[in-house]
Amino acid sequence: MEHYNMNLTLKVWRQKSSKEQGRFETYQVSDISSEMSFLEMIDVLNERLIKEGKDPIAFDHDCREGICGACSMYINGRPHGPWHANTTCQLHMRAYKDGDTIVVEPWRANSFPVIKDLVVDRTAFDRIVQAGGYISVNTGNAVDANAMLIEKDKADAAFAAAACIGCGACVAACKNSSAMLFLSAKVSHLALLPQGEPERKSRVLNMVQQMDKEGFGSCTFTEACEAVCPKEISVTNISRLNKEYIIAGLTEDK
Amino acid sequence: MKWSAFFTSSVGKKLVMAFTGLFLISFLIVHAGINACIWADLVDDSDNGEMFNKAAHFMGSSYVIRIMEIGLFIGILAHIVQGYMLELQNRARRKQGYQVAMGSKGSAWYRKSMGLLGTLILLFLIIHINNFWVPSRITYASTLGEVTYNNGAPIHDLYTRMLVVFSEPWEVILYIAACFSLAWHLLHGFQSSFRTIGVYNKKYVAMAKGAGVAFSIIISVVFALMPISIYFGWVNNN
Amino acid sequence: MLNSKIPAGQLDLKWTDYKGHCKLVNPANKRKLEVIIVGTGLAGASAAASLGELGYKVKAFCFQDSPRRAHSIAAQGGINAAKNYQNDGDSVFRLFYDTIKGGDYRAREANVHRLAEVSANIIDQCVAQGVPLAREYGGLLSNRSFGGTQVQRTFYAAGQTGQQLLIGAYQALERQVALGNVTMYTRHEMLDVVLIKDKDKAGNEVGEAKARGIVVRNLITGELERHFGHAVLLCSGGYGNVFYLSTNAMGSNVTAAWKAHRKGAYFGNPCYTQIHPTCIPVSGDHQSKLTLMSESLRNDGRIWVPKKQNDNRKPSEIPEEERDYYLERRYPAFGNLVPRDVASRAAKERCDAGYGVGSSKQAVYLDYANAIERYGKIECGKLGIDHPSAEVIRKHGLDVVKEKYGNLFDMYEKITGENPYEVPMRIYPAVHYTMGGLWVDYELMTTVPGLYALGEANFSDHGANRLGASALMQGLADGYFVIPYTIGNYLADEISTKAISLDHPEFVKSEKEVRDRIEKLMGIKGSQSVESFHKRLGKIMWDKCGMARNAQGLQEAITEIQQLKKEFWSDVRIPGGVGEMNPELDKANRVADFIELGELMCKDALNRRESCGGHFREESQTEEGEAKRDDSQFQYASAWEFKGESDWQLHKEELIFELAKPTQRNYK
Repeated sequence: MEHYNMNLTLKVWRQKSSKEQGRFETYQVSDISSEMSFLEMIDVLNERLIKEGKDPIAFDHDCREGICGACSMYINGRPHGPWHANTTCQLHMRAYKDGDTIVVEPWRANSFPVIKDLVVDRTAFDRIVQAGGYISVNTGNAVDANAMLIEKDKADAAFAAAACIGCGACVAACKNSSAMLFLSAKVSHLALLPQGEPERKSRVLNMVQQMDKEGFGSCTFTEACEAVCPKEISVTNISRLNKEYIIAGLTEDK
Repeated sequence: MKWSAFFTSSVGKKLVMAFTGLFLISFLIVHAGINACIWADLVDDSDNGEMFNKAAHFMGSSYVIRIMEIGLFIGILAHIVQGYMLELQNRARRKQGYQVAMGSKGSAWYRKSMGLLGTLILLFLIIHINNFWVPSRITYASTLGEVTYNNGAPIHDLYTRMLVVFSEPWEVILYIAACFSLAWHLLHGFQSSFRTIGVYNKKYVAMAKGAGVAFSIIISVVFALMPISIYFGWVNNN
Repeated sequence: MLNSKIPAGQLDLKWTDYKGHCKLVNPANKRKLEVIIVGTGLAGASAAASLGELGYKVKAFCFQDSPRRAHSIAAQGGINAAKNYQNDGDSVFRLFYDTIKGGDYRAREANVHRLAEVSANIIDQCVAQGVPLAREYGGLLSNRSFGGTQVQRTFYAAGQTGQQLLIGAYQALERQVALGNVTMYTRHEMLDVVLIKDKDKAGNEVGEAKARGIVVRNLITGELERHFGHAVLLCSGGYGNVFYLSTNAMGSNVTAAWKAHRKGAYFGNPCYTQIHPTCIPVSGDHQSKLTLMSESLRNDGRIWVPKKQNDNRKPSEIPEEERDYYLERRYPAFGNLVPRDVASRAAKERCDAGYGVGSSKQAVYLDYANAIERYGKIECGKLGIDHPSAEVIRKHGLDVVKEKYGNLFDMYEKITGENPYEVPMRIYPAVHYTMGGLWVDYELMTTVPGLYALGEANFSDHGANRLGASALMQGLADGYFVIPYTIGNYLADEISTKAISLDHPEFVKSEKEVRDRIEKLMGIKGSQSVESFHKRLGKIMWDKCGMARNAQGLQEAITEIQQLKKEFWSDVRIPGGVGEMNPELDKANRVADFIELGELMCKDALNRRESCGGHFREESQTEEGEAKRDDSQFQYASAWEFKGESDWQLHKEELIFELAKPTQRNYK
């Protein structure tokens, strides 16, 4: 791969804290290598800001290999930038060319309030999991792992749903700020497995209730979430969630 | 779980949209079927709207159907009210919007514009109801003549009313525009309602999608052809 | 003196015996006992969940915004367990033996045996939690093989095993949060451990100071908080980021462990670092981290360099006879599947000798052309295609490789922009895991009473080199199955200890120390960024305490690090304020600790004048350039006691091998 250097104009959302008003700042960055990752480009800018005595841009990031789900930038109108099935940390600068202008915004949703600059609060996701995103089995209770046969197709489908990294791009992309892709991935993961059977009904009802309490919107199947999901979680899971919800809601006798 | 809770959660509200949507889809089939009677004239030159007028009369005279009509209005109303409430609630979930909109990245424009398309259809519906349903059921305005077939009792001549309405170019254009709105609304709404009510199996989702595309196009074209065929004189009153 | 508290008796009965005799805490008392857990990776999340289930009042802390993001999530390959589902001769003893041997006879037998014993329970537990491990068509669990073993005992979930296991533990943790047994503190970083002595009835202080709490910084508001606990568990992971570039997450740090070390916990085997052979090479100075390509790639890929030095031809232009498959050449018995330390050193040797590839010349090829052809032929055979053309073979081969390794290949392409199906991948070793950590006894307690270390944060199970798929096993073993027993043995004597007031002088003092240090850092207002110091530290460590070490280099490194430390404390620049979210300040706190740790690592490496596992001393090698262990002098675990700035005292824990008799490792 031929590499090249470029100069870019960055427009980045700066907000000192959740209480203060934010605004866009424009920065010129030069000599950015096409081999850098997007976050390394921000690192370069931050180093310069520190040298200039300014506050560097705060952003969430950790593993930088696309699995922890921490990074969360809305780049030129798309969560995680232009590449398909990708996280911000895995986006590389060869996606851009000399002279480009890049607008970077935080995830926007009432349920994801900005903490600082590009950092948002996603603890709502944890609370949704607390509402039932687990199988109630205490340590030490388990029977032999092979005592239960699980159809390979189902195990694979459960895995595909469980691949969710909880980054919140689905919410950021959705015009309704809906968390249904996230929620449905968890519900599907557990509903597809026999281990999840005993809590199947209460799980889906409680998790939907918690999601509503957190202030996420409804799903209108625009499929924008699937298009930006770094792990290619399918909206099929949302249909499965709805099925689980209907069955649980109609049959649970409470 | 209480029924009220079941239907008022974010999923429940969508279920209301989906069920009423599917109900309205079934109504569209009936509506298109009856209206298609105007084309009887194409095969039998002496029909002159007789089949259509009779069918329309049947729809207006049977108590069973009048009661179903009330159901239909409730369905439409629920679909509209719930639709607007959802739209408003969903929009309010993001108080601070984006500088650069996502646009059609990842999702076609019409899938994100159900509210707008629905509003266009609603505006059209008001005019449409005013054109046909109101004179026929409520005002019996002078514009609506009567006709008698085979020595029976006189019935409303809605056929002639159609010919009059669709001689106006602006009405024709309005109806065609409404059919476009309807097509796009259905293109998303048809398959989306099935998926909302929990059709997740790949096979059936593919079926719903295929049927949705076919249905949206066919039903809209059928409706659009009515004003067109009258305006251009393909069917007439001779 | 060091007391490892290994139970007496036969090796394979020690743990059973321990469990049968350790003290228990009754449920009513558990409710009154508070446990602090720092870190929510596999070890921390599993410990928090298990202790919460038992009824202890648990407070868990992590610096990430959610416990689900701990770096255990990035583990790719798998988790070992002595299930013997494949009927290929595996057993608890085999797993124990492989781990001891893989660790180059520098691990404690009793701990490793316990690890092998509970390994099977881990798989059961995880499956019960709904972890979607890979399965066969019959519905049973699937296994794959991994480096350094001859049986198939590795359970996996595609290339995301760590993620799936962590999500399982995270869900169990969140369940306890929902039940009110665990309180979760996210975006909090531990900055000190608080030690307090017990008081007798007369109010006089007695005995050794015990770990009774921590001081943390709320990373959103910048406030310092004090938290009390009857015991403190450090599950804060490894310290590979001391090298700046590593496969660790950007936030992975040694701070929690280091604070404990400065407060009296001995640091065990700090010099044992695992350098993983298959990582994506550095592309330039801007590089912020390195990405691992799973070890499983070596199952099918062949590693080579050109036979000619400084060969600038494209790989496709180098004919077969001009390629040097150096691992197959040097180690015919194990070939490309030699253990990690051996493979890494061999790559370094070739690159240092001028045979490296790519623009940096610091890389070797990992080639799949051969595997694609081999799988293609097998596939054509299965499909009954007679005399297939090379193209057809390649097409079918690509499909197989894509299914097995697709996600890894995609990742490679995203990072490098090269298509690994077409051109061989370039790989180079990178720092991956640290076998060293806080010294712990059999009960996972450090030398500070009531202070425990679990998972990668401790030193105990992997000796001088960790085998693939063993880290996940250890983290979960410690959290699910070891600590619930051993902590009871300690807390049983603490039931009468009332919660200590947060205004206790030791809490006040500890918080003041933390505050003073932060103010000192902020007050320097120098000219160099934290990052630049970290990079310089990393370079010193990589050059002089990396894959190969010698006395002269290590001595130089110590001097350079001391110099760097002075410069850091006089010229670092930290923007922003204290009472706000300030990632630069957090980083400065961490780097300051890394600098101190770096010095200790070099000291430990200098002391260990033998080669073993991940620690290769150039002075101690065979004539063929292989690592040479010196059991007569160095069959011990180092445990360093902090005495003062740049001042440590070495304690030695002699390692006794009853069952696994040390032999020189040979992979030829």
